[in-house]
Amino acid sequence: MKFGVLQFPGSCDEVDALQAARRVGDAELLWHGDESLQGVDAIVIPGGFSYGDYLRAGAIARFAPAMESVIAFAADGGLVLGICNGFQVLCEARLLPGALLVNANRRFTCRQVELEVVNGDTPFTRAYTAGTRLSIPAKHSWGRFHAEQRTLQAMEDGGQVVLRYAPGHNFNGSARDIAGVCNERGNVFGLMPHPEHAIDELTGGSADGIKIFESMRTSVSDPAAA
Amino acid sequence: MHPQPPSFDRPGAPAPQPSAEPIPTVEDALALGLTRSEYELLCEKQGAPPNAVELAMYSLLWSEHCAYKHSKKLLRTLPTQGEHVVMGPGENAGAVDLGGDLVCAFKVESHNHPSAVEPFQGAATGVGGIVRDIFAIGARPIAVLDSLRFGEPSGARARYLLDGAVSGIAHYGNSIGVPTVGGELYFEAPYEHNCLINAMALGLARRGDLVRSAAAGAGNALVLLGAATGRDGIGGASVLASSELGGGAAAQGEAAPEHDQDMRPTVQVGDPFEEKKLLECSLELLRSGLLVSLQDLGAAGLTSAAAEMAAKGRVGLEIDVARVPRREPGMAAWEVMVSESQERMLCVVEPADALAVLALCERWEIGGAVIGRVTDDGRLRVLAQGALVGDMPVSALVDECPLYDLAPRKPPAPLYPPPRATLAAEATPAAALLALLRSGNICSRRPLYEQYDAIVQSRTVRRPEQADAAVLALPDGGGMAVSIDGNGRRVAADPYRGTVEAVLECAANLACAGAQPLGATNNLNFGSPEKASIAWQLGESVRALGDACRALGVPIVGGNVSLYNEGPTGPIYPTPVIGMVGRLPDVRRAGRLGFQRSGDEIALVGPFAPALPASELAKLRGEPLPDGLAALELEAVIAAQAAVREAVRANALASAHDIAEGGLAVALAECCLSGHLGAQVELGDELFARCGTQPGEPSASWCALFGEGPGGFLVSGPAQALSELGRCTSLVRLGTVGGGELRIALAGTRLSLSLDELGNAHASLGELFA
Repeated sequence: MKFGVLQFPGSCDEVDALQAARRVGDAELLWHGDESLQGVDAIVIPGGFSYGDYLRAGAIARFAPAMESVIAFAADGGLVLGICNGFQVLCEARLLPGALLVNANRRFTCRQVELEVVNGDTPFTRAYTAGTRLSIPAKHSWGRFHAEQRTLQAMEDGGQVVLRYAPGHNFNGSARDIAGVCNERGNVFGLMPHPEHAIDELTGGSADGIKIFESMRTSVSDPAAA
Repeated sequence: MHPQPPSFDRPGAPAPQPSAEPIPTVEDALALGLTRSEYELLCEKQGAPPNAVELAMYSLLWSEHCAYKHSKKLLRTLPTQGEHVVMGPGENAGAVDLGGDLVCAFKVESHNHPSAVEPFQGAATGVGGIVRDIFAIGARPIAVLDSLRFGEPSGARARYLLDGAVSGIAHYGNSIGVPTVGGELYFEAPYEHNCLINAMALGLARRGDLVRSAAAGAGNALVLLGAATGRDGIGGASVLASSELGGGAAAQGEAAPEHDQDMRPTVQVGDPFEEKKLLECSLELLRSGLLVSLQDLGAAGLTSAAAEMAAKGRVGLEIDVARVPRREPGMAAWEVMVSESQERMLCVVEPADALAVLALCERWEIGGAVIGRVTDDGRLRVLAQGALVGDMPVSALVDECPLYDLAPRKPPAPLYPPPRATLAAEATPAAALLALLRSGNICSRRPLYEQYDAIVQSRTVRRPEQADAAVLALPDGGGMAVSIDGNGRRVAADPYRGTVEAVLECAANLACAGAQPLGATNNLNFGSPEKASIAWQLGESVRALGDACRALGVPIVGGNVSLYNEGPTGPIYPTPVIGMVGRLPDVRRAGRLGFQRSGDEIALVGPFAPALPASELAKLRGEPLPDGLAALELEAVIAAQAAVREAVRANALASAHDIAEGGLAVALAECCLSGHLGAQVELGDELFARCGTQPGEPSASWCALFGEGPGGFLVSGPAQALSELGRCTSLVRLGTVGGGELRIALAGTRLSLSLDELGNAHASLGELFA
């Protein structure tokens, strides 16, 4: 099982994502300018400020040569995880529904937040059970998830709302407390909090995030079970 | 395709010819900040009156900011050697040995004057500049801390500056993926018109990967990396940092004084995205072995970078300004040479490697251009399309600026007016504790540090307000702790003892985390050294810095001096800011400041002798600064720090916290709030004896609760562990952890406050960011 962590100019959390992925499998960096995904089994688009977040967070990264390959990889059913800026990139690339707006408090905010697993049956959350509480750091200025009511309802009905902020933890003002969503098919997942930082109590406040990477490994090695 | 050829050969080019521009007069030199005698001296060094390009370059390199002409003689008295020193002062940053193959590079630098003019960009580029200093020596930047000073938060200008500076630090630090892990903040009236923004950065490197800035190898190419050069920041170093701000009349509470607004074009604008690419590209160039030397461009831009590289390598350099990629048209040669455009680095490259260097620049999408070459004649030559427009001996530029002796005199009368009283004379101790927790200098910094990414790079073991020092994990299982400190009001009361206290405070913070200090950096923020009283503050403070660091065995490996910090109402408080880095063997045992377990015992450790003069309580009461602080037992304080450090390292203590602003009562409240646990304590005769008072005296309770002084720690842990600690150092048992309130009994009275009451008061800073 090999993860590919896609690096753009301005990515910041790519090493953290590599470390997390290497706890459960092999991992290597992929370069934004290369079309080849080096035969990896799953993609992680890490946090940071790709292209300085100029124009709009994720808006320029979406056009990188590697992203064309990621879009094709996702269309083939490959697993794609977008964290923070990676989530923004996936929304810009229309691989995920909705958009991320400036935080309700209008400031970059770095805080340990509590999340609830809403859907424990996705390839990214199968190691959790629904209802489980996670403690994971979040850090962003553009993290307020937004979509039309109709879309939100369809997402709820289709199990696309994967993670929610626990009561009192939705500092960015996301619609319906949504912290993480997947596409209809379930193979593309984006979230604002940073599971790659929550892989060790020592530096992450908990190790609750590692199960996302474990879920991905299991899903790749045993796709039928997903 | 490269717009510039990768070499700097000039086959067939005409021999450099002096240009025919008019020669500036002595009046021009005076307008640029040089004195008449300095101008005469540089004419002598040049052998002729300098032309416009040369005068622009001399005026910057001979400015206070670049030449340290009023502080260099003092700085030479500081201890800079030690067993852990890998790189001392003189390089872009200092470095200490972390054990194994690892070194930590670190340095603090000020960006005070730009931030007083435009706080967001001033603070942002302050971070950018100090981070470049770190990767300039080949270390990956792993942490930033900041040290901020503003006027009282009740003033609109202080709030504007604070909000702008914090946003600027957050914007820059977050965007480049370097965590901001700590810092400190004080509000005092003397900073109203001249705020202080000091930023410290740390980097990690393998010892063999460090690179120096000395240029070498005649014929090697000089390559400029990063952003294009524009007119931003021209003259910033000399015009801004070497003159007093707020020359125009400015009333309290106004936005930037008119004069400061006029200066806005001299403030640089930062682009963190460019910096992030420049950082990654520079480190990759070094890893690939493609660079002979590397230097960042800071104050005085290309002029300073080139002159420093040439001086250290005892070589000459030739730069053609026509080869420098520009951001705007029509720039004169001198403008290119002194521009302070951000996000640029200068490197020396062997000619055979130039193509590979430019190819990596292209991969990282940053600018890269061969702009000159190394020569062997010790001269800095500036060309414009091959024509000679400036020619100076490097030694005259860098090493021969006159150094001045200070004329210190202790001020006969107090320099600073008493603060405005904000606490009613009849306030009870409980009301005073809440007022202190609510006060700007003590309240929680959470609304600030939550705006910073404190965890990127996955090393942060202790985030802000979890321990007295930030703690970072190292790859070998050990850790590094770092703290930055400097209480200007206490230095104003006693420049010598106040500075000793600042150094001890840093070391105490490290001890609470379990770390042994390895090295320090300092930023000396003072008023005009040409005034006798300020010269006295500066001299006493540097003497104390040396004495305290020698006593601790902590060398100073780098630093910065910021003088002329004055506004229309007078000088700032003398503010030496100390940054200290230490090592702990097992990062899993890093200390915490908050109480951890109900039932743990609480004790006061160390030779703490509280006193009210110059304390936060005295400030709230509107009392004038005393003339001098109480003497302290340096060796006893250092011994207590060692005892606490060893106990933390042995995992014997649940918590350890240095007693600082607000004294014992505030320290107790902080331990309760950080650990979400109450406490019951009783302050007995032994503490009153430390105050030099009897329990019956009216001031005794106030002094025991809120008196300040160095050498005190508040620790908690099992009774047995405290007994063992008591065998190594002075220890007074105070009570136990537990419950939902802080209860303090003393001299027949009782003070009781719930965690909610304490927490609400402590959260007052949030109102500024509502």
